[in-house]
Amino acid sequence: MVKIKLSYLLFFFCFISTAQEMLRGKVFIPSNDGSYQGIGGVNIFWKGTTVGVVSADDGSYSIPISNESKELVIKILGYKEDLVEIVDLYNYDHFLTEQSDELDEVVVMKRKNTIQKSYFKTMNIVSVSSDELLKAACCNVSESFETNPSIDVSFSNAITGVKEVKMLGLESPYLLITEENIPVVRGASQVFGLSFIPGTWVESMQVTKGVGSVVNGFESISGQVNIELNKPISDVPTFINVFRNSMGRNELNFHFNRILNEKLSTGLFIHADQRNEKHDNNNDGFLDTPLVEGYNIFNRWQLTDLERGLVGFFGIKFMKNEKKGGEKFDTNSLLNKLWLSEVKTERLDASFKLGYVNPNIPYQSLGFQMAYSNHDQNSFFGIRNYDVIHRSLYSNLIYNSIIGNTMNKIKTGINLTYDDYEELIDVDKNKTERIDRSVGGYFEYSYDNTTNFSLTAGLRYDIHNNLGSFFTPRLHLRYQPKEKTVMRFSVGSGRKPSNIYAENQEIFSTGRKINITNSSGRFYGLDPEKAWNYGLSFRQGFNLNSTDGDVTFDYYVTDFENQIVVDWETEGELSFYNLNGKSYARSFQLEIDYQLTRKIKMKTAYKNYQVNKQYYSGLKQNPLTPKNRFFINLDYSSDANVKGAFWKFDFTLNNVGKQRLPEHSGLSNLSGMSPSYSLFNSQVTRVFSEKFEIYIGVENLGNYTQKTPILSSENPFSTSFDGTLIYAPITASMIYGGIRLKL
Amino acid sequence: MKYIYLFFLLLFSFGFSQDSGDKNKKEIFIVSGVCDMCKNRIDIGTVKIKGVKYANWDLVSNNLSIIYNSNKINLDSIQKRIAALGHDTGKHKAPKKVYNSLPECCFYKTNTPH
Repeated sequence: MVKIKLSYLLFFFCFISTAQEMLRGKVFIPSNDGSYQGIGGVNIFWKGTTVGVVSADDGSYSIPISNESKELVIKILGYKEDLVEIVDLYNYDHFLTEQSDELDEVVVMKRKNTIQKSYFKTMNIVSVSSDELLKAACCNVSESFETNPSIDVSFSNAITGVKEVKMLGLESPYLLITEENIPVVRGASQVFGLSFIPGTWVESMQVTKGVGSVVNGFESISGQVNIELNKPISDVPTFINVFRNSMGRNELNFHFNRILNEKLSTGLFIHADQRNEKHDNNNDGFLDTPLVEGYNIFNRWQLTDLERGLVGFFGIKFMKNEKKGGEKFDTNSLLNKLWLSEVKTERLDASFKLGYVNPNIPYQSLGFQMAYSNHDQNSFFGIRNYDVIHRSLYSNLIYNSIIGNTMNKIKTGINLTYDDYEELIDVDKNKTERIDRSVGGYFEYSYDNTTNFSLTAGLRYDIHNNLGSFFTPRLHLRYQPKEKTVMRFSVGSGRKPSNIYAENQEIFSTGRKINITNSSGRFYGLDPEKAWNYGLSFRQGFNLNSTDGDVTFDYYVTDFENQIVVDWETEGELSFYNLNGKSYARSFQLEIDYQLTRKIKMKTAYKNYQVNKQYYSGLKQNPLTPKNRFFINLDYSSDANVKGAFWKFDFTLNNVGKQRLPEHSGLSNLSGMSPSYSLFNSQVTRVFSEKFEIYIGVENLGNYTQKTPILSSENPFSTSFDGTLIYAPITASMIYGGIRLKL
Repeated sequence: MKYIYLFFLLLFSFGFSQDSGDKNKKEIFIVSGVCDMCKNRIDIGTVKIKGVKYANWDLVSNNLSIIYNSNKINLDSIQKRIAALGHDTGKHKAPKKVYNSLPECCFYKTNTPH
């Protein structure tokens, strides 16, 4: 029986592969009554080749598939000539538009992949477009990586409800997170920062694996995420988005962009979110997600003066967010007996950027960036307190030029940073104050032989009042022996101040007694963190059944010279200490992207993480870090009809392997390892036109949850109370929906 | 000691901005070509000529903008070298043999721009 089925299948595949030799379709023109009709005599040929055909009277055509070109030129007198990149080689219908009096430029239409990997960049960078962000259930940047295999998203705990991102097996403090190349999510904003950036504000993101460029500082260790926000000049004039989910979460987004004159444009972005329903589905007496109220406002100005070669941005942002969690209560409850939590954050950001390109010497440019932020968080968790005010000033002056010719490029410049932290920590509100100041200079040389080899070598030297004076070297190499084969290598060091409380705020959502065991360092008695990162990446493109795909292997190692070990191994205690021994993160990733059929794209990834460090109790895998993960994403997009309406379906499966759990009496039934499980998410979008779309989706379709996310919930003021050992989602399947309006 | 490093870095950067003085010349002239492949050939072929610092060819106008070090090479030899790559310049014509060995889409004498 199985054999018969198989041969059917084989037959089916053979049939498809022979049928694919021709691209078929129809060419239409608009008629007077607003409908479309086929048109004969249209020239259709592959750009740059001699392969061409003429459409029949009813507009239909069939053209042999070309190996040399994927770009189809469609032209006939009286209509606009179109150039179309054919991604899927089955059939393609084309709608011509009438030629206006002036000769318009040829418009190139492309159906781009939402995640793009380049063969030509020296660094291992994955670009994520805003379309990819739309696939995620919701709403802010930290939640948007769920359909992206390069970045892992942890599960939010019941107290703060925030998801943290991880890359190469390491937590977000080891990543450099920049907004338009200015470091933003750092210091006090480390835990909540990404969740404070609304997803609709994002134009695109660039995810760099391994050490980044020296231009952006010494802090990136395992990678860099750069977030490009919408630019007033290119974003839609008016954008409205409304979102709601079945857990009572509401979000609202408005964007208004105006081009004031040739040189100046401005944008106003407003975001509001709210979660006002109390849910306790696991009946532990605690809210499953905190109640939230918050808003963000962002006004930006863009200056473009091409004659003088000037581009500038000025932006000011303000956000306020309030989260209330803990035990569920009503008006009759005695509040002083309950375990409650509250996190209030206010943040002001101002940034200024100016770039100058010499119009006569286009390879010379000068850039200046400056940013100020004031981050003010007031919070309590039960009887514990954590308040932090972090004021930060950042500036960077970058000069770009060449040596000899444009195959040898250089970047050089200086950085100045100033960070002022004031904290009130824990039950006794211990006051600590610290000021970090640094001056750094860097030089980066890039060579590109324009065919198959490029390298970027950078060195920076920083003088830091608490980290000392040090060099940071970084090297990236790329070798591309064939058009669709590319190998990359990177090595470099990075280091960062140890903001142990700001980066590990979840420790306050426990009853654990906090110990710091070293005492001579500059950071709460501890030393700064320092690591080396080495990476190797290999990517091979292929063409199977006339559709493109590629395979990527990545292997990255991060070796810590010093790390602050956060030790959860003893119940009732939490210790911070300097690493004494080994700590490393080895990550392997195999990723296959393939266009299954003309309409269905597939992304799959297998990831293996060995994240081990030396605890007082021995060398162990990092807790709550799965060794194995598997990911698959299927994306279906139907053909657009004449009005531009189409359907999009998206399905994601995440298989999360076993995770080591620290010892805790509340988890004793699991004998030290969490079970492995799978999660499913799905989303359907109906695009009615370019201007209007509706989406609806389900998160955690399989309904898998962690039954006891809060340990010792019956005794919240005991030392064994712990709301942070989360290995699976807390909330069961959840439905959400929303609309997007672009005017 | 620390500041000496920085001082050198700064000096280095200003050193580069200074060298765009008189010896650097900017020229625009016509080079024949019809497609993106031609653009790639012309841009890369030109910048690889010793003394040329920058090259950018425009498909629509066929204009090639270059910046070169006039102490190292003169305009005439640059144009000669470009012609030797198979693309006609004002004064110098591409050798027939080289032209015939161009990729099919680059036959600018017979193809229309595409």
